[in-house]
Amino acid sequence: MKENKKFRIIVLAKQVPDTRNVGKDAMKEDGTVNRAVLPAIYNPEDLNALELALRIKDNNPDVEILVLTMGPPRASEIIRESLYRGADKGFLITDMRFAGSDTLATSYALAMAVKKLMPFDLVLSGRQAIDGDTAQVGPQIAEKLNIPQITYAEEITDINKNEIIVKRRLENGVEKVKSTLPALVTVHSSAPDCRPRNAKLIMKFKHAHTPSEEVQKEYSQILNNRSSLIIEQWSVDDINADTEMLGLSGSPTKVKKIENVVLQHKESKVLTNSDEDIKGLMNKLISSHIIG
Amino acid sequence: MNNIFVYCEITDTGIVADISLELLSKGRKLADRLSVKLEAIVLGNNLKDVKKQLSYYGVDTIYLAEDSRLFPYLTLPHSSIVVDIIKKEKPQIVLFGATSIGRDIAPRIASALRCGLTADCTSLEIGDYSENKTGKVFKNLLYQIRPAFGGNIIATIVNPKTLPQMATVREGVMKNEKLSQPSNPQIKNININNIVDDKDFIVSIIERHIEAKKVNLNAASIIVSGGYGVGSKENFKLLFELAGLIDGEVGASRAAVDAGFVDIDRQIGQSGVTVRPKLYIACGISGAVQHRAGMEESAQIISINTDPDAPINKIADYTIIGKISEVLPKLIKFYKEKSK
Repeated sequence: MKENKKFRIIVLAKQVPDTRNVGKDAMKEDGTVNRAVLPAIYNPEDLNALELALRIKDNNPDVEILVLTMGPPRASEIIRESLYRGADKGFLITDMRFAGSDTLATSYALAMAVKKLMPFDLVLSGRQAIDGDTAQVGPQIAEKLNIPQITYAEEITDINKNEIIVKRRLENGVEKVKSTLPALVTVHSSAPDCRPRNAKLIMKFKHAHTPSEEVQKEYSQILNNRSSLIIEQWSVDDINADTEMLGLSGSPTKVKKIENVVLQHKESKVLTNSDEDIKGLMNKLISSHIIG
Repeated sequence: MNNIFVYCEITDTGIVADISLELLSKGRKLADRLSVKLEAIVLGNNLKDVKKQLSYYGVDTIYLAEDSRLFPYLTLPHSSIVVDIIKKEKPQIVLFGATSIGRDIAPRIASALRCGLTADCTSLEIGDYSENKTGKVFKNLLYQIRPAFGGNIIATIVNPKTLPQMATVREGVMKNEKLSQPSNPQIKNININNIVDDKDFIVSIIERHIEAKKVNLNAASIIVSGGYGVGSKENFKLLFELAGLIDGEVGASRAAVDAGFVDIDRQIGQSGVTVRPKLYIACGISGAVQHRAGMEESAQIISINTDPDAPINKIADYTIIGKISEVLPKLIKFYKEKSK
């Protein structure tokens, strides 16, 4: 991939509430989610995607990795996390007008932002985000960019300027596919874990910030002159998006109802582990033909 | 116009996959409820047995394309063909499996058609929706019901203003209901050369290893399932012994799989398979919502747990308070005595 221009990889990442460890206080009385008590984390499969991008860069210095995220202003945290691991630059798209977007509207916004970063060679993202588990946004972006998609990647076995070979993890096996570039690849959790932060990169990027984030005054002059420390922040207008296709108006799906998961109480018969109780139960199961 | 379509997946043996048969069973009921037709889209190669197979699922029309380039599945040609059919036939509902294939093709199609799509539904119903802002009522929409937020809430999603309404559905949650009498579906052959072009084949498969399912939990009428409370891989042998005796299969919770006690193909719950056996014996399973989502429709549930307050006990018909290492040998012993 030697050329004047760098080989450009765009990693799509999302900051998500950690739904894997939902405690008792995470659900409010009315059955809605109390997001405030859930820690915000780097979506796990997006970290797998970042790792696959970093591995391509490990083998070739002519690779640049741009991280793109959409979310509230504090989502810049995951851009810094990406820089600490070896990404080159980050972009945050944030605007109140994105609020309420379903997967279709989200993919439209992200596709418009990716278009602003053209020409790119490869787009990588996690298969799905743990707050929705839909796995829809990746393929929807690929369709909007009119490029092929390769879902559930476990490994990129070969890549050059024009082509990529990917091993895919399917529910009942594996498949190796070849595609021309540019392409969009979604990454499965069976791909290698992301490397830890690099101490030198933390020192280099700890002051990286978006224009809306406050920096310590004594540093501001220097920081604002150092473009590598600027996380670009884009609004709806910056990505030339049509507001009709964003937020609630751009989302064909509507939430009709949200219910808390309630246990349906049964009249449970409680037995001890005495021979008598267990023998009685087994005999009952056999005589009612549930067993045997 | 306005019919219900099911995108059918084809297995390596050239027949329609179980998940698609489950969707057709559900699709037939929805079609009857709405007084419309049920139509199947079948794309593949050498599909001679498909017509007979689908005739037992009340399918009215089969859109059939046979071409060596259509099997194994590739995203671009399949999505181009389905988009073309949907644009011409204008269905009101299109269903896909929430499988490796369905979750790959459905969002690509939804983006091309700019229609709504709900992933991983566990229930589908028909009902009305009134828009909050305007009070306008939309009749007979598809309620797409799915767990959200890691299984902690259940959301009902509708697409009031765009057609088709599309959903992917998890394997095992709809019943496979084969009819006793076959119908006579009409076959509509699709000439794909008018639809696909070379650009649809820029992704190619260079290697493929598909394994037949080793464990078929969906087909098991008895499941002996273990959780983190089983304690070790060694202790799981007791579950295998009991399951072997009573003609059951061994399942597990995610915690047991994550702990390395058993393989992931035995995982039951939101991130595993959904089962509805005659008897579910939950051993050392506390019963997180994600696990219950995959087994709570079992006809009878027995919970064996040292914790009398384990959430799973609330949905169990019988709760045995005790250690797995003591209770299972007794169940095994008394079964052997009685069945002699």
